[in-house]
Amino acid sequence: MANKLISEIPLPKSIANVFSARNISTAKDALTLTEFELMELLDVGLTEVRSALSQISEIVAPPYQTALSLMEQRFQNEHLGGHFPTGLKGLDAALCGGIPFGVLTELVGPAGIGKTQFCLKLSLLASLPTNYGGLDGRVIYIDVESKFSSRRLLEIGLRSFPEIFQMKEMAQEMAGRILVLRPTSLAEFTQSLEQIKVSLLQKQVKMLVIDSMAALVSGEHEQGARRQQTLSWHISFIKSLAEFSRIPVVVTNQVRSRNHEDASRYSFQVQSRDGAIGTTMQYDSHLVAALGIQWAHAVTTRLVLEAKSGERFIKVAKSPISPPLAFPFHITSSGILLLSDDGKEVMGPEINAIHCQGHNEIINFGMEGLH
Amino acid sequence: MEIWRLPISASQRGKLISAGYTSLSSLSSISSSDLARELKVSESEAMNILKVASHSRGSETSNASCSIVEGAQSAWDMLHDEESLMHITTSSADLDNILGGGIHCKEVTEIGGVPGIGKTQLGIQVAVNVQIPNDFGGLGGKAIYIDTEGSFMVERAFQIAEACIEDMSEYNRFLRKDFQECKIKMLPQDILENIFYFRICSYTEQIALINYLDKFLSEHKDVKVIVVDSVTFHFRQDFDDMALRTRVLSGMALKLMNLAKRFSLAVVLLNQVTTKHTEASFQLALALGDSWSHTCTNRIVLYWNGNERYAYIDKSPSLRSASAAYSVTARGIRNSSSSCKRIKMM
Repeated sequence: MANKLISEIPLPKSIANVFSARNISTAKDALTLTEFELMELLDVGLTEVRSALSQISEIVAPPYQTALSLMEQRFQNEHLGGHFPTGLKGLDAALCGGIPFGVLTELVGPAGIGKTQFCLKLSLLASLPTNYGGLDGRVIYIDVESKFSSRRLLEIGLRSFPEIFQMKEMAQEMAGRILVLRPTSLAEFTQSLEQIKVSLLQKQVKMLVIDSMAALVSGEHEQGARRQQTLSWHISFIKSLAEFSRIPVVVTNQVRSRNHEDASRYSFQVQSRDGAIGTTMQYDSHLVAALGIQWAHAVTTRLVLEAKSGERFIKVAKSPISPPLAFPFHITSSGILLLSDDGKEVMGPEINAIHCQGHNEIINFGMEGLH
Repeated sequence: MEIWRLPISASQRGKLISAGYTSLSSLSSISSSDLARELKVSESEAMNILKVASHSRGSETSNASCSIVEGAQSAWDMLHDEESLMHITTSSADLDNILGGGIHCKEVTEIGGVPGIGKTQLGIQVAVNVQIPNDFGGLGGKAIYIDTEGSFMVERAFQIAEACIEDMSEYNRFLRKDFQECKIKMLPQDILENIFYFRICSYTEQIALINYLDKFLSEHKDVKVIVVDSVTFHFRQDFDDMALRTRVLSGMALKLMNLAKRFSLAVVLLNQVTTKHTEASFQLALALGDSWSHTCTNRIVLYWNGNERYAYIDKSPSLRSASAAYSVTARGIRNSSSSCKRIKMM
């Protein structure tokens, strides 16, 4: 809509001619200039500029919907009202059905905690027919770090849904629906994204997994502001892709150590002498999610996977619908399993903290059936 | 133009003056039922007075020499307007307290905070609370929700609407001591029907929509709040020319302020957070830069303090800097559950 041509908008002929004479061809060009600038550029009066702008705006502005019709539409047209069940009962209940369609869901955690395992399980689930809780469609899996293991995928399938995967043709059909891409650079990734957007609907793609987003950028630039800028376009693009296709998009993120650039206070907090603020700093873990605060704003749901006191937890750190809950989990041959469906409520900013304690033992525990 | 020039009876004139209405402009924003109540006259009399007043005002504007500067309003007349300002409750009494009753109508309020602090929750709560009927102290208006990030979740809005209706029934039962089950006839679906949802996918659409709202609001006069969630997202991604971004943003802010004043509605802009390097350390600050921070009338920062969520009034022409705790519950925004609720004055 932003790139709508002025020539296609029904404006009075005189002003339309002036627009094209001054090389203002799209609505975007016209709307980014202020009224005064347009007056100067086009050499017309304020009333004409205003009426032209209001006509252009009316055409470019998106239509409205009442929240009620939005809800009815979602429940009628989409699987479970726009949610993709993960198979983890407690998590699905907290997220009001599962991973939401049309927005970004992020999995963040230290290395080896189980993010890729979760992604594999989700890809498998999405490829299954709807009577098994799946989306009955293709999955695009963008595997940046070459962690995708089809052998592991089939093992998960065999253990979780033996009735389907024991038959070789069915296994082939399901596995055939998962398309793996392995971009070796950010530029290649960008290209793949653009291609995906074009063919998304025709190819019946029902889910997009990017594992991992952080790995794409870490090789390219120095950290901080430069990296944020690199990713802005991608963040915007992936979000719009998710939005218009109404599919769930799962992205994994890495962790890094906290450095001096990470701020956690506002200017008015620093001046305050309140003791409560000091204590927050003490309990902060030394790990933070990579990709920065702009990315943290862009994702709609953030699931933190962490290891604490010898146990692994999956925490709902950011969600429009779920309270801050932590579920203990472990990894078995059939993927991720919750040890309890009743999440423990976590108070305060602790829900965002990422712990990595007692990690080495955990990597070996529970992975016996793997190779 | 003075009241004593109006062609009304002497007793009515006396009542008007003793009630404090000394000029015609103070009668411009009051309804006939309110006037009837204040003057202790019948409603038809009040309507008459108002009709006569607007008549005289109509003929007065043709003689432009009467006012010193056309379009100006004296501070005394504005005082009446300010005192009759409507507020939208946030459902947290502590938060409403530091806000002076709630989110102000006719003003632009910017609310910013880190991800997960509850900005969208507060936005949805306000979009629901604006619909609280007049009998319960609300505005009985509709809401426009402009979603730039896709964070609006209908199920959550339904939950909050349901809780709001339950609270109203509870209040009703408490108030009407005759134990009659005075059921509120509103359903959560009715509340959802009064939220006009726009989904924006680029900054061009954002600018176009805000231009178009002028026409939309003239057709939907009962809209009393516009929530933009978030105003930042599209302006952080595509701009290489920062000067252009500043110009576009300030143009947008002016238009919103204009809409707020003309249609007497509240504008709530949700903003994101960025890190700023000041005084050899990195601090959090609201996004969009220093020039943007001047454009909004009120600015509220939501932050974590220990284990609690707090709201801090960073900038306001009429409220003092204070912070209050609030919490996000399954029913929406509510007072924080800690027993020692402190409102910190700064």
